[in-house]
Amino acid sequence: MDYFTILQIVDSALRLATPLLFACLAGLFSERAGIFDIGLEGKMLGAAFFSAATAFATGSVWLGLLAGIGASLALSAIHGLASITFRGNQLISGVAINFLASGLTVLIGLSWFKLGGQTPALSGAARFSGVDLPFAEALSGVPLIGPIYSEVLSGHTILVYVALLCVPLSWYVLYRTRFGLRLRAVGENPAAVDTAGISVIGLRYSAILIAGVLCGLAGAYLATGLGASFVREMTAGRGFIALAALIFAKWRPWYALYATFLFGLLEAVSNRYPSVDLGFVTLPSQFMQALPYILTVVILAGFVGKAIPPRAGGQPYVKER
Amino acid sequence: MSAIPRWADIVLIPLINLFLAFLISGLVILAIGEDPIAALKVMIDGALGSSYGWGYTLYYTTNFIFTGLAVAVAFHASLFNIGGEGQAAMGGLGVALICLFIPWPHWTIALVAATLAAAAFGAFWASIPAYLQAKRGSHIVITTIMFNFIAAALLNYVIVNNLRPKGAMDPATAKFPEPTHLPSLGDMLGTFGIPFSKGTPANVTLLVALAACVFVYFLIWRTKLGFQIRAFGKSQPAAVYAGINPVKITIICMMISGGLAGMMAINNVMGEAERLILGSVEGAGFIGIAVALMGRSHPIGIVLAALLFGFLAQGGAELSLWTSVPRELVTVIQALVILFTGALDGMVRAPVERVFLALRREA
Repeated sequence: MDYFTILQIVDSALRLATPLLFACLAGLFSERAGIFDIGLEGKMLGAAFFSAATAFATGSVWLGLLAGIGASLALSAIHGLASITFRGNQLISGVAINFLASGLTVLIGLSWFKLGGQTPALSGAARFSGVDLPFAEALSGVPLIGPIYSEVLSGHTILVYVALLCVPLSWYVLYRTRFGLRLRAVGENPAAVDTAGISVIGLRYSAILIAGVLCGLAGAYLATGLGASFVREMTAGRGFIALAALIFAKWRPWYALYATFLFGLLEAVSNRYPSVDLGFVTLPSQFMQALPYILTVVILAGFVGKAIPPRAGGQPYVKER
Repeated sequence: MSAIPRWADIVLIPLINLFLAFLISGLVILAIGEDPIAALKVMIDGALGSSYGWGYTLYYTTNFIFTGLAVAVAFHASLFNIGGEGQAAMGGLGVALICLFIPWPHWTIALVAATLAAAAFGAFWASIPAYLQAKRGSHIVITTIMFNFIAAALLNYVIVNNLRPKGAMDPATAKFPEPTHLPSLGDMLGTFGIPFSKGTPANVTLLVALAACVFVYFLIWRTKLGFQIRAFGKSQPAAVYAGINPVKITIICMMISGGLAGMMAINNVMGEAERLILGSVEGAGFIGIAVALMGRSHPIGIVLAALLFGFLAQGGAELSLWTSVPRELVTVIQALVILFTGALDGMVRAPVERVFLALRREA
């Protein structure tokens, strides 16, 4: 494996990590506010479909992005209604959202495009194209560091950079603003937040809507950035990998970046090499695919570090009477 | 004393939930430019209008009884087993190993052995998340989800590298030998002189599923272990105070749950496909959640709910065959049923409670 191959793998890892990162941050906001969100997968899928369909119909990727976010927000609203307003089971609501998105996207896709559940291929302005960072061309000649800048960092679609920017932004919002403090508090001890005269319901809804926007970005990136059309079940478990990354990251933004990048790297490696030969043992591709889940179980089991979820996670808040 | 009578909880509210789910599904059909009433007719005709339709409906029902029971047993201990999908897949592996590598003289013995293997593999797959929940405090929902994916990858590896016959392209094992083929419902009813379509996948496993219902009923309501499971589910501190070992109950309960999910494999792998195909569970593990919710975690309710979902599965297939409504409509209906019975239950329950309270005040 030469230097250039490594760069190519890292480059592809960055692309593959982007939807995971968006979805992971979405889960971060939601779960930090005490709302379990196993519907990340469904929201991404819904967003992927509506972004591709709208981008195809209007020819504008930006309108597609908006439609994707809108679809994801609608599913978020259902989740909020079920788990915040009617105090239902958040996990079951998430399962329902995954099913709903999986069925509706194909149903509507077949009805609109009659292409077996796909959307037509997107091209031109209906897709996000790569953005060259400044001086990428000029710096590519610099040994060692030059290719990193021009090959790995430059040339991605705008959403990749948005995702990377979302990391410090999420950190700032969660740890340096009053809203973030309250949001984290509502996931640990909602009664205390309520006593302070702050609306638990309002905070949890805003957390869920932020998660909706982020899942919308993740889905839109899948269909209009990474891919060039919507394909049925195109999220392929990414929502659950993002959930795994969230646990891996112990519900913290910077760690979310590292975890999603690691999982993106695993996917990139298994895309490139069907099996990885370590000399003494050969890892099959199936093992690489299962590795994010296995790592998460190991982390969850507390054998390596301990992942402690927000304390009030999964419990609907009932005001004292 | 709850605000509503028992019959309202187990009959009225599920019916309202179901009505809402069907109402919205009807609107979805309207939105894609089809006629919902005609669609429902096609579904009823296709799933219940002939013994051929019933043969498929009962086949799906059998799957959903197993996964529904699996979720229900865990629910009684307040555990949410979302890993039925992976446990059923592992059960399939157990069935395949038993059927492929041991020469069975007769299907009856093979069925017993395969049932035990399916249950053992499913139980094993559930025991790891159960242990991690009980001993290490990791959330069972997350670990069972992760184990679904790990099972899929494991099965993919084993089928492609070890069990696939040489030269075959599709990821599936070889056909199971003749003596392990289970008699279909048509064959069985035929011996009693009852005419029933023979080309359908419903098979003797249906009886095993019904026996499993009886088993679960006795387990939960008539045994000491069942009492411990329910006590643990109602209040963990109270159960611990009463001398119930939480670790033991969590692990045993999850293993029973996983075993039931695994037993689904004797229906779909041994009874229908007669070989192990990758992805043969087809979401039945998740539908078990809906079945357990609708059936109120009671075996009788689960049989009825499984029948409903079996009807939906077969009706949906017919729908895509005869109309331009795609099969995925069923996924949407399933999603809405899960949403309304599981997550939005409070939305329906609160007004119903208010009505009953008002009636009681007048009386």
